[in-house]
Amino acid sequence: MKYGLQFRDVFAAWESLLDGVLITLLLSACAMLGGLAIGIACAAGRVYGPGWLKRLVAAYVEVIRNTPLLVQLFLIFFGLPSFGIRLDGFTAAVLALVINLGAYTTEIVRAGLEAVPRAQVEAGHSLGLSGLQVFRYIVMFPALKAMFPALASQFVLLMLATSIVSQISVEDLFHAASIVQSRTFRDFEVYVVIGGLYLGLAFVFRGLFAALYYWTFARR
Amino acid sequence: MALVEVQRISKSYGALQVLTDVSLDVAKGEVVALIGRSGSGKSTLLRCINGLEPIQAGAIRIDGVQVNDPTTNLRKLRQEVGIVFQSFNLFPHLSVSDNITLAPRVVKNQPPEAARELAREVLRRVGLEDKLDAFPAQLSGGQQQRVAIARSLAMRPKVMLFDEVTSALDPELTGEVLKVLESVAREGMTMILVTHEMGFARRFGSRAVFMHEGRIHEEGRAAAMLAEPKTLELQTFLNAVLH
Repeated sequence: MKYGLQFRDVFAAWESLLDGVLITLLLSACAMLGGLAIGIACAAGRVYGPGWLKRLVAAYVEVIRNTPLLVQLFLIFFGLPSFGIRLDGFTAAVLALVINLGAYTTEIVRAGLEAVPRAQVEAGHSLGLSGLQVFRYIVMFPALKAMFPALASQFVLLMLATSIVSQISVEDLFHAASIVQSRTFRDFEVYVVIGGLYLGLAFVFRGLFAALYYWTFARR
Repeated sequence: MALVEVQRISKSYGALQVLTDVSLDVAKGEVVALIGRSGSGKSTLLRCINGLEPIQAGAIRIDGVQVNDPTTNLRKLRQEVGIVFQSFNLFPHLSVSDNITLAPRVVKNQPPEAARELAREVLRRVGLEDKLDAFPAQLSGGQQQRVAIARSLAMRPKVMLFDEVTSALDPELTGEVLKVLESVAREGMTMILVTHEMGFARRFGSRAVFMHEGRIHEEGRAAAMLAEPKTLELQTFLNAVLH
């Protein structure tokens, strides 16, 4: 069978694809900020908190990491309305992604905090610094440095995972691709193009993270 | 009144008794060498003195302030008690200058220029004034330890604790650190050192304290005690470290 590749119709829809890219970027940015905040808070609770908090955080991390993101997303978007909580697609998507990324980030941040030797903390306390000062001036920077590569990787994975929000009709890049596909029937071409776009986005993120690492950490 | 008073303290980790009924008074300006085999409790005693380790019985006072009292402001107390560790524990992400000025700035609220001047002064005392802007990783072990001593000096403590500060160093680097300890001792600093440097203990220790199985087993004037040990355990220990 002969199939003639034809990208013209796909490229003609560049505006919807670009809109999709922007939504994907926006979703990713929201999820990264939210996920990082949750991750830092939960990791601090897990490492420095009382026993019950440690167990609570551990339960959150294990439940989220061992269930599919799609199930979490559907629970929030289709499940919560049963209890009268109705969220629009974008909000539900951000919420699901933040909760999901938060769990993975917690583990990464925890590893980062634990990578700072106990002796460093002791040295800080011995100089009369308070717990908060020890964290801010002694633990935070080396911990961020240690966790940065893993965090960057996780963020790129999250950006790719945002594609499933098209399942609840959020108009991200993948959703745009499905529309273009249904209009042009150029399945192969469409998915090659958006595959390339995701690849490009991933490279952009990795490049940004690498630059951030270089300017912030590499020279110390 | 002694500057450091350790009165009948005991410490255990669960079932493991590490210090039993230890008493030790250190007067202002004294240099006390704590010696003994590893596991004899000497490092633990040092860590109890600045409150890094809690004790189960007895009392520790520094300049009259009780360390093991929940109402004592440990942060304030620790500003008076410098400690230098075996593994230096410099902050790797901070320059030498920032390592030294961190506590004066954030704990004592010194203005940055004054703190930097202070850093210059204490670095001069350890002979490393030219390393003000270096990072720890760029220094040799001996230099790092001298910076750690300078960092501690910058808080102007009343007493300094040294926990095997030359043990992690190559033999050719211990000399420069001992020289710094010597000059700090000559300036009249009250010092308690856990050390395996018997030569140093003999020359500069006003007193030596031999610990054995969590107790003070023998103590006395450093030179006399190391030359003529009274107990069999100290004789055995000295034979092992000197030969």
